[in-house]
Amino acid sequence: MITPQEIKDALGKALPVSMVETQDLTGGGDHWQLIIVSPAFEGKGLIDQHRMVNEALKEQMGDNRIHALALKTYSPSQWEKLGS
Amino acid sequence: MAEDVLKEIDEKVKSNKVVLFMKGTPDFPQCGFSAHTVEILKSYGFPFATEDVLADPAVRDGIKRYASWPTIPQIYIDGKFVGGCDILHELHERGELEPMLKAAFAK
Repeated sequence: MITPQEIKDALGKALPVSMVETQDLTGGGDHWQLIIVSPAFEGKGLIDQHRMVNEALKEQMGDNRIHALALKTYSPSQWEKLGS
Repeated sequence: MAEDVLKEIDEKVKSNKVVLFMKGTPDFPQCGFSAHTVEILKSYGFPFATEDVLADPAVRDGIKRYASWPTIPQIYIDGKFVGGCDILHELHERGELEPMLKAAFAK
């Protein structure tokens, strides 16, 4: 179990994030969906983007505070295109 | 022993156009993410091989090390790691998955 703030803190420590949206998928605090926008994702493929997030949350996934993680990652320019 | 598993996985990945490492089987998936991945792949009509990681703890652990990817399901197309459920879903939505599959089967 983990709080949205703890997720945001861990991500913020590992990479520059311009937006993080957290959704607790089950209400149990351990199945999360995250939407993350980061300039560090610019020019990177999805695998690399997800690897960066997995790496940032490695500890929390390793000790099962996060049991399942659904990710949507965007660079700022990808995010912009999505909104328009 | 551990290395044997990686070799086994590598052979499976290299000898199939599309391989899905999943929890359960396509008819009886044991996890929502695996089920969704099967659904996406089935929608294209191309054949794909699957491996039930729940049937073998060594493969379950080995596949995570093979791709340096912490979660299951994992999809491989044309011998290359493509991603997990989220990435496959995203590629599907963007219309990028079909060309990848077509290219793999055109070879």
